[in-house]
Amino acid sequence: MLKLTYDFKRLSNRLQSMLLLLTAGAVLQSCGDSDKASTANDSVADDAAQAVYVKPGEHDELYSFLSGGFNGQVSVYGIPSGRLLKVIPVFSQFPENGYGYNEETKPMLMTSHGFVPWDDLHHPKLSRTDGMADGKYLYVNGNNTPRVAKVDLTTFETVEIMEIPNSAGNHCSPYPTNNNEYILAGTRFSVPINTDKAGVADASLAEYKDKFRGSISFIKTNEKDGQMELDFQVLVPGFDYDLANGGKGPSGDWVFFTTYNTEKASTLKELGASQNDRDYLAAINWKLAAKYAAEGKAHEMPANYYHNVMDHGTHKATSNVKKTVRYLLPEECPGMMYLIPAPKSPHGIDVDPSGEYMVVNGKLASSLPVFSFSKMQKAIENKDFDGEVNGIPVFKYESVLHAEVKEPGLGPLHTEFDGKGNAYSTMFVSSEVVKWSLEDFQVKDRLPVYYSPGHLLIPGGDTREPYGKYLVVMNKITKDRYLPTGPELLHSAQLIDISGEKMRMLLDFPTLAEPHYAQAIPADKVAPNSVKFFKLDQNTHPDAVKSEKDVSVTRQGRTVKVNMTSIRSHFTPDNIEGVQVGDTVIFHVTNLEQDWDVPHGFAVMGANNAETLIMPGATQSLRWVPKQEGVYPFYCTDFCSALHQEMQGYVRVSPRGANVPLKFSTGEKKPVPPAQASVN
Amino acid sequence: MNVYLRILMVVAALSLGLLFLYPMWKIYLEAPQYPEGLELHIWVNKLGGSSESVLQNFNILNHYIGMEKINPDSFAELKYMPYIVVLFMVTGVLIGLIGKPKLVLIWVVLLAIAGAAGILDFYLWLVKFGTNLDPTAPIKVPGMTYIPPLFGSKQLLNFSALSLPSWGALGIFLAIVIAGVVYVVSRKHTKRELTYS
Repeated sequence: MLKLTYDFKRLSNRLQSMLLLLTAGAVLQSCGDSDKASTANDSVADDAAQAVYVKPGEHDELYSFLSGGFNGQVSVYGIPSGRLLKVIPVFSQFPENGYGYNEETKPMLMTSHGFVPWDDLHHPKLSRTDGMADGKYLYVNGNNTPRVAKVDLTTFETVEIMEIPNSAGNHCSPYPTNNNEYILAGTRFSVPINTDKAGVADASLAEYKDKFRGSISFIKTNEKDGQMELDFQVLVPGFDYDLANGGKGPSGDWVFFTTYNTEKASTLKELGASQNDRDYLAAINWKLAAKYAAEGKAHEMPANYYHNVMDHGTHKATSNVKKTVRYLLPEECPGMMYLIPAPKSPHGIDVDPSGEYMVVNGKLASSLPVFSFSKMQKAIENKDFDGEVNGIPVFKYESVLHAEVKEPGLGPLHTEFDGKGNAYSTMFVSSEVVKWSLEDFQVKDRLPVYYSPGHLLIPGGDTREPYGKYLVVMNKITKDRYLPTGPELLHSAQLIDISGEKMRMLLDFPTLAEPHYAQAIPADKVAPNSVKFFKLDQNTHPDAVKSEKDVSVTRQGRTVKVNMTSIRSHFTPDNIEGVQVGDTVIFHVTNLEQDWDVPHGFAVMGANNAETLIMPGATQSLRWVPKQEGVYPFYCTDFCSALHQEMQGYVRVSPRGANVPLKFSTGEKKPVPPAQASVN
Repeated sequence: MNVYLRILMVVAALSLGLLFLYPMWKIYLEAPQYPEGLELHIWVNKLGGSSESVLQNFNILNHYIGMEKINPDSFAELKYMPYIVVLFMVTGVLIGLIGKPKLVLIWVVLLAIAGAAGILDFYLWLVKFGTNLDPTAPIKVPGMTYIPPLFGSKQLLNFSALSLPSWGALGIFLAIVIAGVVYVVSRKHTKRELTYS
């Protein structure tokens, strides 16, 4: 305790001197831009171009999945080239392909608050088998309206989104255990939880200390398809929960969470949450928690949350509303949860590949504390506690501390590991990546990065066996790194070679929105399973049309259903009459193609949504309500073939009550191209 | 005919069975936007290819130049050819059992004629597809026909076409060669037997 106070004083001195330095730096910078450019280039490796060059037509060594932060998406980049390969919409509507606009994917964005077409996506985590990323799924969190989503890495599509009840700001999420037994999701904000009623309760903010609680959700995954199920929650003290990471090896049954605002302030947290010199690292034995839940220690309370699942066959999402949730109270579950004092307002918690060391990145601390799992076990045995909070034992700092990395830099946020006995930490304030040893806990190397790094990734850097060749650091400030693009700039990532003793800067690449965490995996774990197109004969969409002979236009009251097809280079039907002003027209378009990379798009004039981009073999539906009479063209939006520009049609919209009969056709003659699904 | 020659004759007859295991002919298409290639496989009883949907993909490409749709149902050959092959196999085995060189000769000659007729028929189809083009086709190149090569390669607009016999055709080839050898050797034996008597 004393020591921590002392540390903090020293740190505040350092922060002050650093601010002076920053000011001085700004003055110097304005004096000579050329000087600055040469220092930036000094750290770039001589053979950097060769190290990141992927010849035209060749593939990258790794896939990396960068969160998009406030764009609600995941960006997929090739490493080492830094080439953007794909953007996967998860929590955001995506006009580029109709995700969240077409009828099939709209239910994915449903929540207990209604349709929420945006979220703040922070942490991608790859699914795991035996403590290693297996390349099957990517789990990501939605921070703002608490949700956890799953991306299928055979299609790179979002296939499942689960809302998290009793949570607000799902930041501390999602963390898979070593065999995907559970995905853990902790709340950033504590909120009043009324166990008699569903949803966040009503309470005065003055009652924060008494009424607010946090929750940590235990989401079970189904081994076969990874489908999620919220098994239970642990209702924890009303702190803010920041980040988490699972143990491995000896600590494989444990998950560690950083907390802040243990002061339980409800206003001006900037100050209010920065009063205690220590907050906590929470340690939860997830196996024991699961056992307690299975043995009947769990209570049940009303809840109201959505679980949205995309069906493989129909390619349609459906929403299920869940009405109850089970919960455990730590005070009733001895041995399940402990608190480790950690320097003020810690951010990242990272567990080394051996599972022995827990590194706490105290963003306001002057040293990096490394806790020992075996010491923690001993402390439990010896009941080496220093009081308790809400019935949860608090360890003595010294009894679990293994070492402190001295003067690592300023503002440590996150750490990853190379599997060769080294750790790499980002220093937000001093804008550098610092390499230090897990043997003597001494700093070995520093590399300036531009500017102010947040997260960093080493492929598999949070697993049992990291792929310790590259490091990608994601910077929060871009400023002059690229050609200027007005006030709003893309964030910048930097690729660093960590194969040798010294880190070597290889590449800058701009990234979409704001990446927080990211993960990477060797390409051969994902690429061979990539789907090229959907088999038409396995399409079970209720409105799929598998042959041009079977297209239809039908009216039911004021709804007109157009079950149509697209194939190079025409729609069937492409002439539709008999639609009236104010009708709801739903175009169900089936792409009959059965070849790789032949999507057809569909857009109609005046539609109050987006296009929809239909992959070969799939069916997608676009809703359209014409408001004026006239003739409305529709067309294919994806340049599909030499006659793409001709791939178009017309809908005639007549006044309400007109007696134009419903009529549809394509061409006068026999249909030219074939339209069957397959041969033989 | 001695027992070894009889066995060889049966082997010759059975080697035609390769026709049911492998395609007779393969047409490979390559174009800049088809790095993985497109293969059309001609079997004795069906059309197939490098992927399940290869015919649809061939037809989509071909419809721009007005080529008629390739539909397995429009080839009567695919229906009766398997019977002819089975007939040759059965008679070949019987001839092996009977062991008369003259019958072997007749079998070989008939098989060679059937094989040649098959190749001719295949060629005529290629000509028909390559020249019988819809006058309303979107893409018309004056003077251009699209007859794929029977054997070897040819450039057809953006596609480079290569046509080669496949393992099934090897079955016919083996049957003719082995049965031919059986006939020649058995003739020599018969001559010797005649001289001795």
